[in-house]
Amino acid sequence: MGKKEIILAKLGEIALKGQNKHIFEQMLVSNIKRRIKSLGKFSYTRAQSTIYVEPLEPSCDVGEALSRMQKIFGIASLSLALEVEKNFDDISLKAAEYLKDELDFARTFKVSAKRADKSFPMKSPEICERLGGYILEKFPHLKVDVNHPDVNIMVEIREKHAYIHSSKLDGAGGMPVGSSGEALLLLSGGIDSPVAGYMMAKRGIHISAIHYVSPPYTSERARMKVERLCEKMSAYCGNIRFYCVPFTEIQEKIKQHCPEELFTIIMRRLMMEIAQKIAAKNNLLALITGESVGQVASQTLMAINCTDAVCKIPVFRPLIGMDKTEIIEIARKIDTYDISIEPYEDCCTVFTPRHPKTKPQLAEVEAAETAFDFSELIETAVENTTVTTFSPNP
Amino acid sequence: MNIYLDNASTTKPCEPAVSAAFYCMVENYGNPSSLHKMGIEAEKVLNDTRRAIASAIACAPENVYFTSGATESNNAAILGAAEIYGKRKKKIITTSIEHPSVAEPIKRLEELGYEVVRISPSPNGEIEYDDIISAVDDNTCLVSCMLVNNENGYILPVKRAFMAIKRNFPECITHCDAVQGFMKIPIRANELYADLISISAHKIHGIKGVGALIMKKGIRISPILRGGGQEKGVRSGTESVPLIAGFGAAVSALSPTLQQAIKNAEEINEYLRSKLSDIDGISINSKQESCSPFIINISVEGIRSEIMLHHLESKGIFVSSGSACSKGAKSSILKEFGLSDKLIDSAIRVSISRETTWGDIDALVSGIRDGKEKLLK
Repeated sequence: MGKKEIILAKLGEIALKGQNKHIFEQMLVSNIKRRIKSLGKFSYTRAQSTIYVEPLEPSCDVGEALSRMQKIFGIASLSLALEVEKNFDDISLKAAEYLKDELDFARTFKVSAKRADKSFPMKSPEICERLGGYILEKFPHLKVDVNHPDVNIMVEIREKHAYIHSSKLDGAGGMPVGSSGEALLLLSGGIDSPVAGYMMAKRGIHISAIHYVSPPYTSERARMKVERLCEKMSAYCGNIRFYCVPFTEIQEKIKQHCPEELFTIIMRRLMMEIAQKIAAKNNLLALITGESVGQVASQTLMAINCTDAVCKIPVFRPLIGMDKTEIIEIARKIDTYDISIEPYEDCCTVFTPRHPKTKPQLAEVEAAETAFDFSELIETAVENTTVTTFSPNP
Repeated sequence: MNIYLDNASTTKPCEPAVSAAFYCMVENYGNPSSLHKMGIEAEKVLNDTRRAIASAIACAPENVYFTSGATESNNAAILGAAEIYGKRKKKIITTSIEHPSVAEPIKRLEELGYEVVRISPSPNGEIEYDDIISAVDDNTCLVSCMLVNNENGYILPVKRAFMAIKRNFPECITHCDAVQGFMKIPIRANELYADLISISAHKIHGIKGVGALIMKKGIRISPILRGGGQEKGVRSGTESVPLIAGFGAAVSALSPTLQQAIKNAEEINEYLRSKLSDIDGISINSKQESCSPFIINISVEGIRSEIMLHHLESKGIFVSSGSACSKGAKSSILKEFGLSDKLIDSAIRVSISRETTWGDIDALVSGIRDGKEKLLK
């Protein structure tokens, strides 16, 4: 077997945790394991706020593991490092060879060293100096720049081996998914809700998703679209339990019995009621929506007041103060945008009122809602809700 | 019994590919764009194949666009990228050993006023990546470089070249014709630094008439076929669901054993080389250390390619003279590699597959031996 590369994952925020830090670390390790176990056998070691992911077989796909880990919350940065013997000759020889591609095309470099194993005979500045000299000899076109180098050669002397790496990749940041409990995301299929889910997952919340379908007004493809969104999101959010609620009858009844301009508001209230019931049944502690103030009629302050009035558990709206362009930027980053813009009818666009009320009064909405007793239909919808679990692909 | 050693021309469709295609003709025959259930079922076939290809080449499934084959993929990539990115940048870099489906569209662009630089192999028979890199400048819109040469199996330093180009000229589009490399040497799309990659089904035991263009997210090409907007508008025209199903089935069938298949090919290649070394007057035109194990080009001194080809044919052994696409025309590609006319005139290409056995090689070698005796008189 040729060179052996390992992945160094530096912990983010959880490095600051106190006595229960190991719980967060364990959670992160198990999240990593779940995500990369299909790529081969790896070992996982934790030390000094770093997780060492080491391939145990030559067939392990380390490159893919690295790119998957870039989407796991709780990691601040990642590097692919070459494992070398703990002696200076091996370190310098291998460093020059390993980083040749990068150094060939760089103009400037610097060497940083970290000597975790203090029994190593050379001190960090000495390592930097001598390795720097060696590199300059091998790559005479290079210059040293300690402030803004094109390539930063990092040498870490650890307990068993030394590691060489250069560029650091950004991690996803945040907290390990699952460390902050579970919540239920209202996922419509549009641009906003996947982003809202991503943002809460970043804070360690494990997301389940709920989606409402109204066949024949909405198509199978609209549902498949949302399922693909779940798949995409799960690269960041971990496996997603997807609750799919049959909503046709409720929508038809609203249309028959309630004033047209309040249609959307009443629909959203009923959605919230169903979501809360599903949440309660599955120990999900909060709801998450992709609302942003003023974006559409149902997202004015008065409208949000009307919807929130039925909510007895917290509703998180991480996009509430964001512009559409900011939301789109994140949607593109997490790769949900292209799916979100596929043009299928979803239940929110079925029976849209021509002139929705932008300033609904709660009393007026509540009164309108009494025109029909929805409680039985709500129960039926909850009972007939289907559940599927989505995981990242590939 | 036929001994088929012309697998770089095409391969025998594998059983899973044939049955998957058959199923999509007799049962699952909906149009993937239809809104109803039959459409959705057909669309699932496309998505399954996208996933299979994506996992084989390490890209995202949505980066896979189906075409009618590698010729179309190459044309779409080159002409399409030039139209978008070549408005102000009028320079294209390629090699002198490309397949005609790359060389010809580039020649067309040259006629339209683009400056084309073609990198030739150095005297040692290798394309130097530095030559490619140093040819690129601010005015270059496209670099197109094949991964594995179809005539002698030579593996080009695409990754090294593209990595440097993308680092120094991120706006320059990189295209790789990977037809002879896909499922034959390990390929990881992102590590190749190629914005566009062409692959074909029938070279990997799929069915003729389908291929794919792997296009990195964020890259745009101007479509050469316009119409109903299929394949996100990149390639209009109802997708050939049966052929695509066969493509996916072939990739899925071959993927798990790729490493093993490469190892086997290397052993068979080695075996053929050692057997041939016992025969006088044979030159091997594929360097073992820099070529794909699946292709080996040889010259039998004094016997013209076509005559040897037909002699072997009479024994049920099928090889190719030069590349099958050029229908026996004298290979200008081998000339580029510095081969003498004598060697080129007598070159035959042996290309193996997963189905090739040691016995096949024995038969080939004795066929060549026998041919030498009879034909050299």
